[in-house]
Amino acid sequence: MPFSKEKQIKIHDLMVKARLLEERLIKMNKSGLGFFWIGGAGEEAFHVPLGMLIKKGEGLDYDFLHFHYRQSATLLTLGVEMIDVIRQMHNTAADPYSGGRNFVNHFAVKKWNVVNVTSPIEVQLATCIGTGVAHRRHGGEGITIVTGGDAGTAEGEFASALGWASRKDRELPILNIVTDNRYGISTPFAEVHCDRPIAERGRAFGIESATINGNDVAESYAAIEKAMAYVRKKRKPYLLEVKVSRLYGHSSASGANWVEGEVDGIVEFEKKLKNAKILGEDDFKKVREKYEQESIEAVKKVLKEPKPKPEVIFEHIFADRKDAEIPWPPWLKK
Amino acid sequence: MANMAQAIRMALHIGETELGVKDVFGEDVGPPLGGVFTCTQGIKCAWNSPLDERGIIGCALGLALAGQRPVAEIQFADYIFNTIDLLKLCGNTRWVSNGQWPVQMVVMVPVGAGIHGSIYHSHSFESVMTHLQGWKIVIPSTPLDAFGLMLSAIKDPNPVMYLIPKALLRSRGEEKIPGEPEDPKELNTMIDAPLGDRSKWKPVWPKLKDPNMLLGKAKICLGGRDVSVITYGRMVFKCVEAAQKLKEQDNISVEVIDLRTLFPYDQEAIFDSVKKTGRVVVVNEDTEVTNYGEHILRRITEDCFYSLEAPPALLAGANVPGVGLAEPLEEASVPQTSYIIDTVRRVVKQS
Repeated sequence: MPFSKEKQIKIHDLMVKARLLEERLIKMNKSGLGFFWIGGAGEEAFHVPLGMLIKKGEGLDYDFLHFHYRQSATLLTLGVEMIDVIRQMHNTAADPYSGGRNFVNHFAVKKWNVVNVTSPIEVQLATCIGTGVAHRRHGGEGITIVTGGDAGTAEGEFASALGWASRKDRELPILNIVTDNRYGISTPFAEVHCDRPIAERGRAFGIESATINGNDVAESYAAIEKAMAYVRKKRKPYLLEVKVSRLYGHSSASGANWVEGEVDGIVEFEKKLKNAKILGEDDFKKVREKYEQESIEAVKKVLKEPKPKPEVIFEHIFADRKDAEIPWPPWLKK
Repeated sequence: MANMAQAIRMALHIGETELGVKDVFGEDVGPPLGGVFTCTQGIKCAWNSPLDERGIIGCALGLALAGQRPVAEIQFADYIFNTIDLLKLCGNTRWVSNGQWPVQMVVMVPVGAGIHGSIYHSHSFESVMTHLQGWKIVIPSTPLDAFGLMLSAIKDPNPVMYLIPKALLRSRGEEKIPGEPEDPKELNTMIDAPLGDRSKWKPVWPKLKDPNMLLGKAKICLGGRDVSVITYGRMVFKCVEAAQKLKEQDNISVEVIDLRTLFPYDQEAIFDSVKKTGRVVVVNEDTEVTNYGEHILRRITEDCFYSLEAPPALLAGANVPGVGLAEPLEEASVPQTSYIIDTVRRVVKQS
């Protein structure tokens, strides 16, 4: 491992925390405590290192983050609380990301430049162009990081992001990450794409690129470090294709059941930690129990919290609520 | 007296020098052309984007998220339709983040017929646009309004869609922009790029005053007693022309209201006028099925029903796929002054 024992323990801790959170969210969905689940079980080995290496903060001195909906591990690493994700799952008024408006794992955290996670696939690849332009002008080491899936690379915005970022003498400091789980809901990648690595598409635009095993912590960490160093210093784009697993399928719409035959990055990492005598089975069990307990306590607390009031549907449409109030629906009190 | 293109240009200049605009961009927006209608000539922060409308709207949203106050252009409304979901995203970003992410941006786009633009340079967009929530939507009809509304759009902390009636871009208004030169030729010399090599050309900007127009306020273009005509954009002039003829020929007193902002719209001005006259015609050139004017008519019908003395009417574009190029086709597709006269006459004669 290219990093310290303490860092490995920390990474393991966060990976398990993210997994336990996702499993709790799935249980909530199956027991009627949340309408819909979509999340990132199976991508922790990549997303925890990503979270660790992000330059976290608000404004252009820091990284702007255009994420998709499988990045709970990144957000937990940045510092979000389990209970807040559970609030969004149960759509309570206190959901800090959307106030009960949006699906779980659809984060928005302005203080860390996390822009809204969206359900439409790849719109973030268009939006990232703008923060990329602003980052280029601002200078410094802040970069734009955007994540999409392999299926989404069929959308036009994927080409837009590559094209705008690679204009000669106007290159944009954008780290473009494609997490490849080989499926778009149920459609296999091979059925709708050419038989070439996604990273190769970077070459057509003169963009540096790499394909890595996102189920391997050390490989992920090193690849992100390398890609970020390039984007931060050279102020040019980088395309990183990351092979990941999808351990509970696409979402609750496809059952959210355990998928056999996928590599589990946590199991793989635990083998390494055990071999290196950094952690053992008892330690693994303790970490699981810790987060199992935290997630249960969080659910208990959230279940007592109020839902948003109906009239808040007119809040935050405009800066001034009055601008949205005509016409007003007759069933809603003012 | 400035024309509308010059008025927009002068507002953008104030935007970049005084209001924090760092990017005015879109296809052919930067030098050497400065926009296919010259609206961005001489703007220092104007730049050419790739030919990618989705990229343009996405870029504007990203710039807004980074606090940059962008003004983006889509060259014609006919080419904005493939950006609809990104426009939705701009409009819902503040709301879905529970107020965390403001989106201060302007998109400007030429709309409507009147320049023999055929099927893909004549589309109206307001009926589709007003279905996208979270946007303010403005449409000027005079250079002064074009100037003032652009400045107010730039200053507004929300996404603003600035619709430009393209047929009016060379029109000059009766009201002066505060501070503009008396002689239009002098202004042309100051801010119009020369033909040929422009690499060394620099505009000389007149010192203008921001009229601080409020978004959401309509304007009574012509006061009247007998009937209200609610309109906006290119149709304002046709409605005023129709009103003048109706006065001369029939002694009908027509009140013409220019909405100027389509959302949020000036309910008070609309209702006050209708309650005064008891008769109303809404006029625009967008296609008539699920037309924006239908909403205005529905509100009038529900809220001013007992003030109405005749069935209200909508005069809008024919429900056809596009505006055909040949003059008879265009005239058959969008309201002409004579249709406005006939419709107003009919509404006034009904009881």
